[in-house]
Amino acid sequence: MSLVARVLEAGGIPTVTYTNARDIAASAGNPRQIFLNYPLGNPAGKPHDPENQRSVLREGLKLLENADRPGIIVDLPFLWSDSSEWMQKFMTDEQPFISDDAEATRQEMLEKARKQKAGQL
Amino acid sequence: MDYIRYIERTHEYYRSQGYEKTYNYAHNEDIPFTPLKKPLNECRVALVTTASFILLDEGGRPLEEPRMIGTNELEVFTAPSDWPADRILSTSQDHDRYQTNMADVNAFFPITRMREFLEEGVFGSLSTNYYRTVPNYSQRKTTEVDGPEVLRLCREDHVDAALLTPV
Repeated sequence: MSLVARVLEAGGIPTVTYTNARDIAASAGNPRQIFLNYPLGNPAGKPHDPENQRSVLREGLKLLENADRPGIIVDLPFLWSDSSEWMQKFMTDEQPFISDDAEATRQEMLEKARKQKAGQL
Repeated sequence: MDYIRYIERTHEYYRSQGYEKTYNYAHNEDIPFTPLKKPLNECRVALVTTASFILLDEGGRPLEEPRMIGTNELEVFTAPSDWPADRILSTSQDHDRYQTNMADVNAFFPITRMREFLEEGVFGSLSTNYYRTVPNYSQRKTTEVDGPEVLRLCREDHVDAALLTPV
């Protein structure tokens, strides 16, 4: 996504990227990053919490208006839960990132795409 | 601040799973930058996302097929900015499924919040469409194919500023 942000900025459209993965966006050279320390999948706020989502969105708009140089990262203070256990467990043997079902579906779709490309479908 | 270093974590994880090659994350020193040219309440604003989802018709039936990375086709899609949040169904496999189930669209694609902000006068207008692309293993493809297509569509839609939500 940060690479798309860079193309937009280079093309004259200012961007702000709401992220859950601070290091990935920073490494890619993201123009303006709002970092929300929530599990992957929640870049725009906490599910079913419209007030939190509005606060997150607003922070990005402030950065959009006030940034005077590229590469600013704003770290939002919101916490996902009282415990940081989710951070320790993510992508471990106990909580593998890709489920077996998801991997099977992915392989199936890739196969279909390959066939489509080869004109077999 | 305690947060997950995903680049490190991903490399460790895939190595432990027996993969020799791990994902090569983008790295850039130079950063392009365009300042906002007018007040936000005069701007036309777009959402752009890599979240995987499908649009549903009024009966809740899928209007499109789920997308998957790695097909090498142009992978840029639209979603009308006035589309109701309850007719968007996540097909994501890129989130932390132990913590979140992607049931609330507004946590990753804040389509309802954008409309509220418009009604409150925060934005001048919303773009006709919002833009969607797929995370791609090929940085070249994102930079040279999908990214420029998002830019072209945003220009056509007279977008002044874009809010991006990666998943």
